[in-house]
Amino acid sequence: MSGTVVDNNASSLSIPTDIAGHMLDLDEDDDLEVFSKNTTQGSSFNPSMQTSPGSMINQYKFEEEEEEIDTKDIFVTVDDPESYVTAIETYITYRVVTKTTRSEFDSSEFEVRRRYQDFLWLKARLEEAHPTLIVHPLPEKFVMKGMVERFNENFIETRRKALNRFLNRIADHPIFSSTEDFRIFLTADIGALTSHKKQGPGFLSRMGESVRGLAATVRGVRNRPEEFTAMQEYVEAFGQNISSLDKVTQRIVREQKEYLEDLKECAPTYTLWSNSEEELAEPLRGMASCLERCFTETEEQVKELNDNLNPTLHEYVLCTETLKTVLRRRDIIQAEFEAKTEALLAKHADRETIREDLSKMEDRLEWANNALKSDWTRWKKVMRTDLQSAFMDTAEKNVNCYEKCLAVWESFLLSQRTDAEGTQVSDSS
Amino acid sequence: MADSGSGDIAVIGNTDLTPSESENNIKNTMVEKGTNLLKRMEIGVAEAEKRTGKNAVNMQETYTVYLVETRAVDASSEGTTPVPDSLWRRYSEFELLKNYLLVTYPFLVVPPLPEKRAEFVWHKLSADNMDPDFVERRRVGLENFLLRVASHPVLSNDKIFYSFLTEENGWKESVFETGFQAKADSRLKALNATFRVKNADKRFADMKHYGDELQSVISQLLRVRARAADRLYGVYKVHGNYGRVFSEWSAIEKEMGDGLQSAGHHMDAYAASVDDILEEEEHYADQLKEYLFYADALRAVCRKHELTQFELEMAAQDLISKKQQQEELATGTLRTFSLKGMTSKLFGQETPEQRETKLKMLETQIEEGEELVKEKNTECEEFVKSAWVDIERFKEQKDHDLREALISYAIMQISMCKKGIQVWNNAKECFSKM
Repeated sequence: MSGTVVDNNASSLSIPTDIAGHMLDLDEDDDLEVFSKNTTQGSSFNPSMQTSPGSMINQYKFEEEEEEIDTKDIFVTVDDPESYVTAIETYITYRVVTKTTRSEFDSSEFEVRRRYQDFLWLKARLEEAHPTLIVHPLPEKFVMKGMVERFNENFIETRRKALNRFLNRIADHPIFSSTEDFRIFLTADIGALTSHKKQGPGFLSRMGESVRGLAATVRGVRNRPEEFTAMQEYVEAFGQNISSLDKVTQRIVREQKEYLEDLKECAPTYTLWSNSEEELAEPLRGMASCLERCFTETEEQVKELNDNLNPTLHEYVLCTETLKTVLRRRDIIQAEFEAKTEALLAKHADRETIREDLSKMEDRLEWANNALKSDWTRWKKVMRTDLQSAFMDTAEKNVNCYEKCLAVWESFLLSQRTDAEGTQVSDSS
Repeated sequence: MADSGSGDIAVIGNTDLTPSESENNIKNTMVEKGTNLLKRMEIGVAEAEKRTGKNAVNMQETYTVYLVETRAVDASSEGTTPVPDSLWRRYSEFELLKNYLLVTYPFLVVPPLPEKRAEFVWHKLSADNMDPDFVERRRVGLENFLLRVASHPVLSNDKIFYSFLTEENGWKESVFETGFQAKADSRLKALNATFRVKNADKRFADMKHYGDELQSVISQLLRVRARAADRLYGVYKVHGNYGRVFSEWSAIEKEMGDGLQSAGHHMDAYAASVDDILEEEEHYADQLKEYLFYADALRAVCRKHELTQFELEMAAQDLISKKQQQEELATGTLRTFSLKGMTSKLFGQETPEQRETKLKMLETQIEEGEELVKEKNTECEEFVKSAWVDIERFKEQKDHDLREALISYAIMQISMCKKGIQVWNNAKECFSKM
């Protein structure tokens, strides 16, 4: 039946054929097969195959996936970055390890090497296939601020963590994780991946999307449902807040680093002083030692902010853009539907054809709306967990840092008080 | 130094001592060591007030006056605390007192005054002399100065000091009546003069060197500390932005709202806590500054020793040359070159009468010279003796006070860490409810 769907799209009036295919692009037949096979996902997919788009809408209504964690049947990790040098270029590859019990995988363990470009490809494919589902963002291509080399160790590690998170989000997503593209990404060798990449819409389709988008924007959506307007308002506000938090965190890191620079000078000054003193030499050296240790602890704390909280917040800044794009795509689908509806009223319209198209577009719209709504709920849950744990980790680390410094100073105080008492005892004798 | 876990807290005891309480320990030590003056009298600088008046060139000026209070010790032990006697003094009068003491007791390490102008400031601190925080810190410094003088075994007996505390009017005149101004000018000249001493007491040379090092290292410390304080202030205050954004964010969230809102409050509290922290740090800085200025006083004493030693050496040198002249005249041999000798060679010998007169003159001069050398010698010896006693006293005081200062700094750090732990634990709990 999917074949029929594709054919109809190819003959629709106002949409060029080369990009028509991916409006309902279900990755050929693969996604339909997915619906029948994912019995272990824990979602409320109806495993029995129905073939009409209408019934597919129902299957898209998945509920709370509490069972997801318990029945997680695929584990993915990204690690071991390595430099790969060719005559033309140098790039980093990452090892992607998969462990799974899913039947559509030929074996239970896979290990492949992937580069950043490959991740980009996967993301683009998923977005094309599911324009109104929310794909977790990838780390940016290059860092804009500061002179960070691409091959700087910290940059690579931060990127690796982000890629790992990205892939895990995909693996956790009921629909994305079942796509053929995902499976191929995880399992195929370089050759197979390259040939698979060549199939399907590529650059042109992306360009096409923005062309269509432009046309639709000009026209605008007339009757956007309230809930999507609410979503848009939320995304605006959320985006501003998360962006502010990102900036605040960066500012804190900057100020802390400068504080550390100044603090670094204190300890040696006390040591210098102790060289001129007799009785005071020991306490002064003690001070210097305390300051050095506090310096080390604070350095660690700043590192935590920089390596964990900062990237997480930044990812959600990128998420905001994703959300806006997804909402926009949905709007486009609706706008096109509305345009079609109006076309029906034109005097010399081919009513028969238009009505057929209209019914399919209506289905597509409903499908897109439902997909978005469900994924929205899902996304909010994930966001809440992510940000909650990021802030909790930060708070935890801050507490640890203070606790260690506290121990340092208390120990110093104890040593001084004991000494002082010792001297007093000898004075009174 | 062992790393202490939470089990060691009981052993440490009172870490809740605030830095100002620790400072009181210093004051109590001063009182305990007890001079006669402090046994009889409580001294304090209680308040500060702004005044306007006409100055020496008949122009309007605004200045601050400080209330110096004194109270008899035994009066308060009767149960009722009588109203203390008090009078108002300006900073310039404190300066006058100090200069008088410097000139009158050059062999003592005279306590320093708090700084005239705010130095080593960081952006939050004002460099304005009229700023209330500066005035308050100066008030504390002036009280400290008075207590230092009152607890000094020698200075506490000075009459001018006593009348500074007790007689508002006419005090200035009585200071000038002592004629210390004349001595002040020559002292200043001497301190700035360059001269070479052959046999300075090594201990004093070492002390001067130490004074130099102390001044240099404390200046550096104060500079670095001020910069670090500025930065720390920034770090804490930026966290206040978390509070603001969490609050805005909580408005659009249903489940996360409450957790975010309350976490935000803790961030605000964190940002606000830095003000107290840094105020206590300033206190520590003031303690360091006192010894920065003490270093000056120490060096002044060493310089004075050099001066007296130099004068002695000059007098001795002069005596030797006079004796040589006498010998030459008596024996007729010319051992050292002298213009007299040359001219007499050129223009003929002197008459016996002339020689007699000269010899007699030299004899008188030699007598006087010997007296002078004896005097200077005694002066030098006495100076060395009394100065060294005071320097030893000063060393002990410095070691004790600076150790107390380090302890109070540690206490302050402990307090800061405890507050930080509390805030972030609270925040963590709020986040968990997000």
